[in-house]
Amino acid sequence: MHMSDALLSPVVGATLWAGTLGTIAYCSKKIKENLDEKMIPLMGVTGAFIFAAQMVNFTIPGTGSSGHLGGGMILAIILGPYAAFIVMASVLTIQALFFADGGLLALGCNIWNLGIYPCFIAYPLIYKPIVQKGMTPKRILIASLISVFVGLQLGAFSVVLQTLLSGRSELPFITFVALMQPIHFAIGVVEGFITAGVINYMRAARPELLESIVDSRPLSPEIKTKKIVLVLLVIVIITGGIVSWFASTNPDGLEWAIERVYGKPELPEQETGITALLKAVQERTAFLPGYTFKKKEVPKEQKIPGGDENAWPNVEAGTTISGILGSIMMIGLILLVGFGIKAIKKKGT
Amino acid sequence: MDFDKEYFNLGFLDTLSYKDTVIHRLDPRTKVIATFALIITVVSFPKYEITGLIPFFLFPAMIFSLGDIPVWFILKKVMVVSVFAVFIGIFNPLFDTHVRLDLFGIPVSGGWVSFFSILMKFFLTMCSALLLISTTSFPGICHALQKLRIPEIFISQLLFLYRYIFVLVEETLRMVRARDLRSFGKKGRGISIFVNLIGTLFIRTIERADRIYHAMLSRGFSGTIYYVKRDRLRKADFVCLFLTGMVLILFRTYDLVSFIGKQTERIF
Repeated sequence: MHMSDALLSPVVGATLWAGTLGTIAYCSKKIKENLDEKMIPLMGVTGAFIFAAQMVNFTIPGTGSSGHLGGGMILAIILGPYAAFIVMASVLTIQALFFADGGLLALGCNIWNLGIYPCFIAYPLIYKPIVQKGMTPKRILIASLISVFVGLQLGAFSVVLQTLLSGRSELPFITFVALMQPIHFAIGVVEGFITAGVINYMRAARPELLESIVDSRPLSPEIKTKKIVLVLLVIVIITGGIVSWFASTNPDGLEWAIERVYGKPELPEQETGITALLKAVQERTAFLPGYTFKKKEVPKEQKIPGGDENAWPNVEAGTTISGILGSIMMIGLILLVGFGIKAIKKKGT
Repeated sequence: MDFDKEYFNLGFLDTLSYKDTVIHRLDPRTKVIATFALIITVVSFPKYEITGLIPFFLFPAMIFSLGDIPVWFILKKVMVVSVFAVFIGIFNPLFDTHVRLDLFGIPVSGGWVSFFSILMKFFLTMCSALLLISTTSFPGICHALQKLRIPEIFISQLLFLYRYIFVLVEETLRMVRARDLRSFGKKGRGISIFVNLIGTLFIRTIERADRIYHAMLSRGFSGTIYYVKRDRLRKADFVCLFLTGMVLILFRTYDLVSFIGKQTERIF
């Protein structure tokens, strides 16, 4: 499932973009280091293949609903992790642009969720060890099922984390997890069978093709498991550090709302060093003047519904009315500008 | 997903991007940077914000009219786009029930406010992505990304992918049509047929890659791809970037809607 711009906060979006760009740069370097130029057209065309294959629907047995291919694992098996990650990133980029799948800020998250896990965790840590002992159809099936399952579960869990860290959704952690993981369990089983099916089909139909690709791809020999785990650990610590640091200095989400409603932050804040500086910057740049405070100086507008006001102390009718009025005016203005330009252009031609 | 329609949409967006208007003539870099700035500014609003988001609709309105983009086509695409945000957002009213707004005596809970805010952000961000691609050719965007120091291998991958999408999608279109002609009702659309279809498609893909590689070799390919077109930032680009930045800061910092609302109230 694609992460969406509307659920993201800029900090989470930017952090994931940084991680994704870093990985793209790293993979590019790795591919360039031992480039078989045959890979360049191969990567391009397999990307187009994934793209086209995703547009084909099939019926999921038993349910009658239709599903389609994700494809990250097929890419990793055929092209190896580095090239597969680049291909997956390019496919998602084109989808984000042409189908607006998720959006441009969320693209960083989507590449991360759908690229990193199959390419750098599921493939080297699960698929490879199982298949290494012999490429029988059964082994391929088992390896595909488990690795696709793990990749998707991790991806789904990241979506949950990214959404919660952004603080735009009200879903509690447990409910969200209970919602996402089972869906992706079902998707994972189907995807696992398809992945195994395609690889086995290739092995049966044109075994020499599969081998020649595996030979020509960069770095098909050993990737050290230890190294991967270590790198991942470092990434987790850095990301966690950055996100939590921002989360604690920025009165985002609920805190921000509390501050706006009650006029002062509810929670005591540390105001030293960079925290105070950031807060000052935030107040200078992001504070919306005259939204709540001014209203309190003009008490005469508070006379709308009398008795109920105590029940809902944070309702301010005055702000609401001016908000609605202003919104209508603004929308009218924008439409005027839009149609105005159109009319002028028509006259000109 | 309707296969033929998807493919048609892809081609249509591509055609749109080769129009010749003020917006289309801007340097791709300008548009990429401006779009990202707009998206980041929009999502940076806290979750209960509604009025502050309204002025930002000025951007799509201006691009639609200046860039001569068919409004309904884009709007339809935004509506049918993956609805994950809506799906997750709709839970907000369930979990956040304390009242935040009073709409002429009707209490509105915080959940609905934040859900509406998510919807507005969803619309704005989706619109800007689609407007970027319908006012900028895809190769143009790739060149822009290259100038912005994105690794070259990724850029050539994007260009290759884009070129061959149309070839492969047409190939797939023929195969899917053949499958559909041979299948009746739900029969014949199952998973095993799908796997065989994809497998065949994949083998054809690999063989095609081989042919392409040989064709490239015979034309002197040695591992690097060269680009001919050189874009240059002109005065219009700097003006556009400057104005966009100023307007974004203005919209983000000042609550224009409340201001206008209060002025109107005062007049009446």
